[in-house]
Amino acid sequence: MKFNTVIIGGGLCGLTCGIALQKAGRSTAIISTGQNALHFFSGSFESLTEAPARMADLFGEAGIRLHYREGVRLMPLGTFRPAALSLEDISFFPKPKIGEKALIVSFKRYHDFFAAFLADGLEKQGVACRIEWLDLPELEQLEKSPSEMRSVQIARTMDRIWEKVVGEIRALVQDEDIIILPQVFGLKDTSVPIRIRESLPAQVVFVGTLPPSVPGIRTQMLLKRRYELLGGTYLTGDEATDAHVHEGRVHSIVTKNLDNHFLEADNFVLASGGFFSKGLKSNPFHIFEPVFGLDVEQAENRSDWYHPQFMHDQPYMAYGVKTDAALHALREGAPMQNLYAAGSVLGATRPEFGSGAGLAVRSALAVVDQILKTEAE
Amino acid sequence: MKLQEYTESKYNFEECMKCTICTAYCPVLQVNPLYPGPKQAGPDGERLRLKDPFFFNYALKYCLNCKRCEVACPSGVKVADLIQSARIRYDHSKPKLRDRILASTDFMGSLARPFAPMVNGVTKMGVTKAVLDGTMKIDKNRTFPKYSGRSFEAWLKRQAPAQAAFPEQVAYYHGCYVNYNYPQLGKDLVKVLNALGVGVQLLDKEKCCGIAMITNGMSQQATRHARHNVAVIGAAAAKGLKVVTTSSTCTLTLRDEYPGLLGVENQVVRDSLLMATRFIYEKLEKGAQLRFRPDFHKRIAYHTPCHLEKLGWGIFSEKLLRMIPGVEFTMLDSNCCGIAGTYGFKKENYAASQAIGAPLFEQIRNVNPDVVACDCETCKWQIEMSTQYPVANPISILAEALE
Ligand SMILES: Cc1cc2nc3c(=O)[nH]c(=O)nc-3n(C[C@H](O)[C@H](O)[C@H](O)COP(=O)(O)OP(=O)(O)OC[C@H]3O[C@@H](n4cnc5c(N)ncnc54)[C@H](O)[C@@H]3O)c2cc1C
Ligand code: SF4
Ligand code: SF4
Repeated sequence: MKFNTVIIGGGLCGLTCGIALQKAGRSTAIISTGQNALHFFSGSFESLTEAPARMADLFGEAGIRLHYREGVRLMPLGTFRPAALSLEDISFFPKPKIGEKALIVSFKRYHDFFAAFLADGLEKQGVACRIEWLDLPELEQLEKSPSEMRSVQIARTMDRIWEKVVGEIRALVQDEDIIILPQVFGLKDTSVPIRIRESLPAQVVFVGTLPPSVPGIRTQMLLKRRYELLGGTYLTGDEATDAHVHEGRVHSIVTKNLDNHFLEADNFVLASGGFFSKGLKSNPFHIFEPVFGLDVEQAENRSDWYHPQFMHDQPYMAYGVKTDAALHALREGAPMQNLYAAGSVLGATRPEFGSGAGLAVRSALAVVDQILKTEAE
Repeated sequence: MKLQEYTESKYNFEECMKCTICTAYCPVLQVNPLYPGPKQAGPDGERLRLKDPFFFNYALKYCLNCKRCEVACPSGVKVADLIQSARIRYDHSKPKLRDRILASTDFMGSLARPFAPMVNGVTKMGVTKAVLDGTMKIDKNRTFPKYSGRSFEAWLKRQAPAQAAFPEQVAYYHGCYVNYNYPQLGKDLVKVLNALGVGVQLLDKEKCCGIAMITNGMSQQATRHARHNVAVIGAAAAKGLKVVTTSSTCTLTLRDEYPGLLGVENQVVRDSLLMATRFIYEKLEKGAQLRFRPDFHKRIAYHTPCHLEKLGWGIFSEKLLRMIPGVEFTMLDSNCCGIAGTYGFKKENYAASQAIGAPLFEQIRNVNPDVVACDCETCKWQIEMSTQYPVANPISILAEALE
């Protein structure tokens, strides 16, 4: 089967790349084994403060609205980080003293949201906190299997009963100016968090839970739907295992499910993520890129890959696939003519694109530009 | 160097990083609180079961074996295989009569077919349904697949000389459904393949793939079927024939479940068996041509069956349908329809089964297509019963669109 571009990896980077290329009228396929880092997404695109050119359009058309204001945002353990470009679920504040009094609401027997840590953190900033636990009969079903009382399962119930829950929360509010809720709203419907904000008498702040991330899964679903609507082919659960390369050009890739039916394309994009997604792997001697055997930035000695203190910045987290200026991936020191690398698989080799989700989006768009430019020449 | 390879277990359960992604994609977990979910039933439970079989949980029977957990897992854990293999290893309770009957699709088919009009009439009657519901715990709200008066095998045998005249030949693993319930799909396949200059043969007496036996606690019977099918497919392959299929579940079972769950080696199947959609797509790609009716027009919504998604071959159905002039194509979101073979027929599962399918049914109603396309026979029953939209295999749509 032949496409204009085949993209390996269907996370934020692969989907951004695929949507932009489909919009430009190119035929693409995304192949992705397993789900991706968006399932852990906080809702904030680290290293971005404004949406790069085209990103706002591209996300907006998929039904994902973004915003940014200078200041700080509240983290799940009651700490603060500088604001970053975010989904509308996320709130920004000028400073960590986010209000006078906060009401923190969670659900009985739900353990994936850290209300006490939040209260602790906020009280250090001089915000008085009160925690309330809702006991909802609708969640009793889930409690029968306590190991599964998780954000996504709760969010499915909330999609049905959020209006009722808002009513119960309203009854709890006394004189608080802030209401803090776990991010378990609007799994299917982006407008729910906004409507909740409008229906409560104080400022509503949604704070992250343990994974899976509800806004992250929603983002993944909307981007994938948009991509398919634009005619893109998303091969779920398949894995690129090998490639046919001739004189620095990739001719086709081999996948686990399609075995001897190779995927051919003019361009290939490697958006296979970092260690977490197995875009990068290691053995006792090397850190390597498993599909094409590309060059990977790394310290020579294994003992230099990591810092013995666990919480310290770990050098290996910065390792990634080497590229030339135009993001062509390098193999044995030479750039591959039609293979680009983007997203987390780059590690920190290209600091100009930032890190985290910012890196994923910015490098994806840079690759798209490069593909279209090369075609025009 | 190979240490890591050697310590990997058959279903990869030690690769689980406890990320919980699988739990977000399990359709049963969304509707049945008694089910512990893929992570708990799969890798977490396996750790305990290996210590002591006492920890085997009978609630594992609620698993649909839809494989969505496996498709979603970023770590390559064979979650569904772990669950089904645990059931095979630890659940020694005897399957109920009802489960044995539901599982014996080919036996049932050969019994029922000669009396087709009668059986169809009887299974449609309220009284029969009430009896089945009460005594057999087969839900009364189910519509039953109809039995056809003449089997597909009998039909194709009569065509044998004409089929043999084609320069290229394939063998067809038609499965129970085409044989007993819906020979038309087999006839449609023959029409399309003939239009490509390919004649169709039967295998030397195929048996039911056995998936319903596996999920109903009859793995020994399933293993006997597996050995038989591998042998007859091997015999066809030895004659240089490709073996085509039209059912995604049979295909997944023959390719993946035989070695994965039953321990039956099947390299010859993996090398020679493929969905007919893939076979046809690959022929067209190499330059073969199909001539379509100029007046064909259809709005098609395509539903990828869970097992086809696992196989990763939905792309061929999609590309073939998009290729037909006059088709307006919509890809439906990836969702389980809820029936999962015999699962949805059981009274205890009926409500869950319908709740699982609800988002899919709603999307179909919103898209409002002329026809829903789908490569799975049980999805067809479920969607037709639950939405009133007609469902057709992509092969049948191709056949209809041919000049
Ligand atoms: C746990 C976690 C939480 C994070 N949270 C945030 C956050 O809140 N904000 C933020 O800005 N950044 C966050 N990041 C950083 C994150 O890496 C980026 O935000 C971004 O989502 C990465 O996107 P990506 O598409 O490059 O890679 P990924 O999302 O990792 O996607 C790569 C995909 O490629 C697939 N793949 C890999 N190999 C193959 C192959 N051979 N064949 C086919 N498919 C393959 C993988 O299965 C995966 O689906 C987080 C990272 C992790 C690991
Ligand atoms: S196979 Fe399907 S029903 Fe069974 S655990 Fe996995 S996702 Fe759930
Ligand atoms: S998705 Fe895979 S790695 Fe994650 S919890 Fe489930 S089985 Fe474990």
